[in-house]
This record gives sequence, structure tokens and C-alpha cells, in this order.
Amino acid sequence: MTSSPLLSVRNLTGGYGDTQVLFGMAFDVNEGEVVTLLGRNGAGKTSTMKAITGLLSKRSGSIDFEGSETISLAPHHIGRLGLGYCPEERGIYGGLSVMENLLLPPVIRSGGLTTEQVLELFPRLRERARSKGTNLSGGEQQMLAIARILRTGARLLLLDEPTEGLAPVIVQQIGEIISKLRDRGYTILLVEQNFRFASTVADRHYVVEHGQVIDSLTAAEVTSRQSHIQQLLGV
Amino acid sequence: MFELIGIPPQAFFGQVMLGLINGAFYAMLSLGLALIFGLLRIINFAHGALYMIGAFVAWLILQYSGIGYWGALIVAPIVVGALGIAIEVLFIRRLYELDHLYSLLFTFGLALVLEGLFREFFGSTAHPYPIPAELTGVQNLGLMFLPIYRGWVVVASIVVCLLTWFLLERTRLGSYLRAATENAPLLQTFGVNVPRMVTLTYGFGVGLAGLAGVLAAPIYQVKPTMGADLMIVVFAVVVIGGMGSIGGAIFTGFLLGVVEGLTKVFYPEASTTVIFVVMALVLLMKPAGLFGKA
Repeated sequence: MTSSPLLSVRNLTGGYGDTQVLFGMAFDVNEGEVVTLLGRNGAGKTSTMKAITGLLSKRSGSIDFEGSETISLAPHHIGRLGLGYCPEERGIYGGLSVMENLLLPPVIRSGGLTTEQVLELFPRLRERARSKGTNLSGGEQQMLAIARILRTGARLLLLDEPTEGLAPVIVQQIGEIISKLRDRGYTILLVEQNFRFASTVADRHYVVEHGQVIDSLTAAEVTSRQSHIQQLLGV
Repeated sequence: MFELIGIPPQAFFGQVMLGLINGAFYAMLSLGLALIFGLLRIINFAHGALYMIGAFVAWLILQYSGIGYWGALIVAPIVVGALGIAIEVLFIRRLYELDHLYSLLFTFGLALVLEGLFREFFGSTAHPYPIPAELTGVQNLGLMFLPIYRGWVVVASIVVCLLTWFLLERTRLGSYLRAATENAPLLQTFGVNVPRMVTLTYGFGVGLAGLAGVLAAPIYQVKPTMGADLMIVVFAVVVIGGMGSIGGAIFTGFLLGVVEGLTKVFYPEASTTVIFVVMALVLLMKPAGLFGKA
């Protein structure tokens, strides 16, 4: 059991209405790893995240998390297994204060950070605790969206394009936070279009195209195959 | 000052008080409607029928099991809330995926069916419901005579509204409810059982209507059409306040009750239409309502 991956996706298909967007996705995420799904816009990365969380209502195949098959579970049952989801649009609640946003996700198992530890990682959130969630800057909202899934005891963090639209200095901060989280034992699945950023934080990469994994590489292979990857990503 | 424009203070404050009492019912009913709209995104046309059922539950348990007013204040909201939960699970839940028109038609039809059933079984005449002994009598406030029961209704309604507001704005459950109103799917990925929350919210919202029905029974008597008569005004209140705003629903409810009361003092002919005039003006100038987000 110890050697089997924390998350194992096989033959995952799915879509919206009549439009199929996932055509047999397959990949693994091992405990303690940071893994990225790289790919162009519309390749199916976000849909894969939504399928894992249960938000993609039309999905089939197999998604195994810690030995539990989740393909037909409702989103709240999947969440309770220990996945923390940070959506692409960040999903900060405007009707809630920063602190309420931070404390919103219920603790689902032990082992998460305490609120105090979270605020040490994100000191800015302490200063803005009473503001409306959506009054934060884009970078602060992104920090909050990551921060609030750290308290819950979730072991696998699903981060969908955490650097999108952010200034380089903020992107760098997010990179540092991801490294710190890995050091604390979190497993992270990251969706990215920003290959340069991804290559600085991840252990392994999967390249996604047309709803399938078309290539995979380790961090060590990144430099030797850089031009190949950039061609695949159309950068 | 009042004498100058020919209105004795007794009449003035009497009408303000009457306005507050009507406002108490507007507030409790539009509060439930706003809660339900916020989470379910449906306009619950069955609300008035469930208010009527609350009053009938009070009357029935008094007739057949001797449970009086105070017991009814607990039993009727629970019965109506449970009925609401059954309605959500059996019917409304199936309509979320469809156009809003379907839930609107369904709840409207349900209201007609429920009203028809009660008319069939209990007749269309009004059944009097006694004021509980503890709340009978009149208090001389100096400026006016206040029937104690009416004062109680206003106070009870304010307390219920404030408690609901507190629950929503200051508790963990409230933060779930506000979050679900904004983005329910994301909240669900955090492990919160949103479908169950939706069911319970519908139950709670109509439970408030049931409670309002019990409070109304001694004032308006118990009859099958009591809900339909009131709801026309309540929907106007909801439109004026803005759909989905909890504080707005409460405030607008009381405000329009008083506006209606004052109109009775100064221009009685317009008292039954003033709310609709206000509604038309608000729709023209601020279509999302006084407290609604555009």
C-alpha cells in the first residue's frame, strides 16, 4: 500500500453537456510530490481538476484517492476524503470577510495547519482579516484561496493556475509557498500554463493536449528537453 | 402639531402601531422568501399557503389535542418546516436543473392545491383563535391604547428576525449559508453537504412562515385564503427590498408596514395601493430593489 500513489487517474473521460473535453486522462501523484499538468488553453487541465473534485458532473473512468474510488461520489464526499481545491477563479467569497473565508472550509481530519500557522505563512491576511474577501488584490486573493485549504487536514492540494494574471514578484512568493508546503509534507497537483514557473516548483510534469496526457517528464529532464516541451506548449 | 393638520395623536400612533404589526408579518414572510431565494434561487409562491397551514396547525391542535398557543408556537413551525423539507426533497429538488419558470409554476400550483385542500376540509369561513390568557388586555401607553397581544407580535417578530440575522451574519453555519448563496459548488468541494443545507434552508424558511401563521391566528383568524391575501403584499415588499437580501427584507417589511399605516392616517383612500405605488417607483429607479445587488 505504501508504494501506491496517493492519487491515481485512469482512463478519465468527461465533458460539459454534449461536448467531451477529456479523452482518457491517466496520471499518478505520489505522496509528497509536486506534480504539474502543463498544457495550452483548452487542453483539459481545469476540467481534469473539476473531475477530481467531483464538480464535472459528466465523468467516467477511474479516480483513485488513497485507495478510494471517487468517480461516482458527490463533491462533498470527495472533499471529506482529504482533497483541498483552489479553483482557477480563486473562489473568494465577497459576502464573507477575509477571516471568514479563511475559516470557511471545515476541518475534515487532523494534521492540517493551525490558523496561527496559516497566518504566519500569509502575514498579509492577518492585516486584512476584517476586509471583505473580494476587496483583496488579486495576489492576496490567491494567497487566501491557498491559505484556506491548509487548515482542513487535506493532504492533496489541487491548485489550478495559482499564478495566472499575477505580477512576477507575487508569482515568486507563491513559488516559495509551494516549496514550503512540500517541505511540510503536502502533496500538490498543480495546473499551469506558465512552464517556467512550473519547472521551478515541481518534481514531475505531465503534458496535456486534447484531453489526454501526451508526455511526462521529471524535473531533471526539464533542461534537456526544454525546446521539445516549449514546442508542445506552443510557447 | 398633529392638531394643526387635524389628526389626533391617538389615531396617528394607533395607525403606526397597526403598521408595525402588518410590518411584523411582512418582515417574517419576506425574510423566509429571501433566505429561500438566496440559496435555492426559486421564488417560493407556496409561502403564503404554508403560512396559512401554520395557523391551521395551531387551530387544529387546539381543537383536537388541547395544545394551546404556546405549544403551537413550537409545534406549528416544526410541522410546517417538516412539510417544507418533504416538498423540497420530493419535488423542488427535481427542478433545479430546469428553467426557473418550472419552480415558479410548481410552487404557485402547490399553493393553489394546498389552499383548495384546506377549503375542502375546513370550509372557507374563518375560524376564530383565542388570544392566550397571558396576552389579553390593553396597555395604556399614554399616547394610545395598545392591545398587549399586538405588542407581543411586534416584539416576537423583531426577536425572530434579529435571531435569524445573527445566525446568518455571526455564526459558522451562517458563513456556510452566505458562501452557498454565492458559490455553492466550491463550498461543496470543501466537504460541506450543500444539498442537505438547501433542504434545511427551505424547511427553515417555510418554518418561519408557519410561525408567522401562529402569531397571526388570534389577530386575523384562521382561514384558507389568509395566506394568499397577505402574499400579494409580501411579494411587493420583497421586490422593493431586493431579492436575496436578508437585512433588506426585514427592514423593508417593517418600513412598508409603517408606510401603509401612515397612509391610512393621511390619505386613507390610498392605503391599500401605496405599497404597489412604492413598488412601481422602486422598479423604475432601482430595479434591483433598495437593498438588492444589481
